[in-house]
Amino acid sequence: MTINETQDELISDFSFFDEWMDKYEHIISLGKNLPLIDPQYKTPDNLIKGCQSQVWLHTELVDGKLVFTADSDAIITKGLVSLLVSVLSNHTPKEIVDADIYFIDKIGLSSHLSPTRSNGLLSMLKQMKLYALAYQTKAGSGS
Amino acid sequence: MISSATDTAPLAYDVARLRQDFPILRQQVYGKPLIYLDSAATTQKPNIVLQTLQDYYTGYNSNVHRGVHHLSQIATEAYEESRRIIARYINAAHNHEVIFTKGTTDSINLVANVFGRKIIRKGDTVIISAIEHHSNIVPWQIVCEEREATLRIIPVNERGELEMEAYEAMLDDTVKIVACTYVSNTLGTVNPVQDIIRLAHAKGIPVLLDGAQAIQHRQVDVQALDVDFLAFSGHKLYGPTGIGVLYGKSEWLNKLPPYQGGGDMIKTVTFAKTIYNELPYKFEAGTPDISGAIGLGAAVKYVQGIGVANIGAWETHLLQYALEALSSIDGIRFIGQASHRAGAISFLVKDIHPYDLGELLDKQGIAVRTGHHCTEPIMDFFKIPGTVRASFGLYNTTEEIDHLVTAVKKAATMLG
Repeated sequence: MTINETQDELISDFSFFDEWMDKYEHIISLGKNLPLIDPQYKTPDNLIKGCQSQVWLHTELVDGKLVFTADSDAIITKGLVSLLVSVLSNHTPKEIVDADIYFIDKIGLSSHLSPTRSNGLLSMLKQMKLYALAYQTKAGSGS
Repeated sequence: MISSATDTAPLAYDVARLRQDFPILRQQVYGKPLIYLDSAATTQKPNIVLQTLQDYYTGYNSNVHRGVHHLSQIATEAYEESRRIIARYINAAHNHEVIFTKGTTDSINLVANVFGRKIIRKGDTVIISAIEHHSNIVPWQIVCEEREATLRIIPVNERGELEMEAYEAMLDDTVKIVACTYVSNTLGTVNPVQDIIRLAHAKGIPVLLDGAQAIQHRQVDVQALDVDFLAFSGHKLYGPTGIGVLYGKSEWLNKLPPYQGGGDMIKTVTFAKTIYNELPYKFEAGTPDISGAIGLGAAVKYVQGIGVANIGAWETHLLQYALEALSSIDGIRFIGQASHRAGAISFLVKDIHPYDLGELLDKQGIAVRTGHHCTEPIMDFFKIPGTVRASFGLYNTTEEIDHLVTAVKKAATMLG
């Protein structure tokens, strides 16, 4: 699936829920599918420390595609990270750098999450794009 | 269980009528009636305070202590009347012992700064407690670093109560001031401030109390306490944000140098020498928060109209009701179990992250605070990342607490 196909599928899935509590239930259950980071990578370098919860994010290049693994100490945060990972993982660095991420707004997450949580989600997205950019630059300079 | 708890409700406290004074409470969030349990962060404002602010800006907005004109005289009189109202509320011996500041943080920074410059020398000691808000830790750390002085911390036990024997033992000749909170914003512990002050005074050491979480719940009589400095915020006392108070005994305030220089705090200025104004203006440089001060006066009168003792009794009833009702939640753990407490309850459920719990309470219309509550050292002491804190104001009801319990159970099921 392309990045946009995954985004559209997420938007469609969330449109079935009217109540925010149900949307959260869905986010929590998605968190359980998050590909967990190998404990050896839970290092300070891979830690994105927020005001309230923390996230570990690890990136690996497999057959030209970036694979993200992550974890968080808070379950809702973990669910939100899993949304981003499901959209961006297993794509080339160029696809990730170029991606227009619109599902966060479309689902209504940016307006309904607490500001700290929504800022956290955006800084996570920024971090993933930065990793992709670094791989892209490295690949570009190597060729 | 719950019905027996309601029996302790103070008679003649008409919470339904009082709620009518707070227009903000009549709203829905996410389609649910708002339940506001975050008054320790800031209280909501009654109509009379909103009306006072409106009247000020529509009727007599003008700079104080400066103008010869009519509006300035009305504004000055209202501003000074507010100071008198506050002085009476805390039973200060003199109106000029009430200094208007930006809030508790500003008040503590003022004392730490001027006391540090005038009194604290190399090798001296400042005492604070383990359950202070960052605003009563960091200003003293800055002073101690600059003056090469030492910060000593009164330890706390597992219940969240201060270890008074340890405190007494640390009061030696090097100690220049004790700065301690009256009520903990995180744990709700009410500290034995009479003993803290008495023991310090026995050694000739002054005491600053952080009254931010006390002034809205109980009678704070500065003369009965014999406290040297008291800091509190207007916005936690049903007043506007941006205004606060520093009470200081005249002898101290006269002895200490000014904090900031500028307008209003001077008598005469020449390039050779500036003569400072008398109290309280010496410590009120620049145009003050005039509307805030007048609004705070209105808030204090509102609180006095109900009676702060009545409010305190109602909140104690809510607190006991909540402790009992929350106990029915599987896996709940109260952080801080002091026998003497006020205002707030901090808790965790199983190993659920407080941030997750807080977010799901929000989506059910319930406003609580989550996190370390600007008290990281005490979170480290309990080895937790933070807590969920429910805190009470004069407008909260037992029905709201029942909703809280139901909502926590629902959230815990989803997150468990």
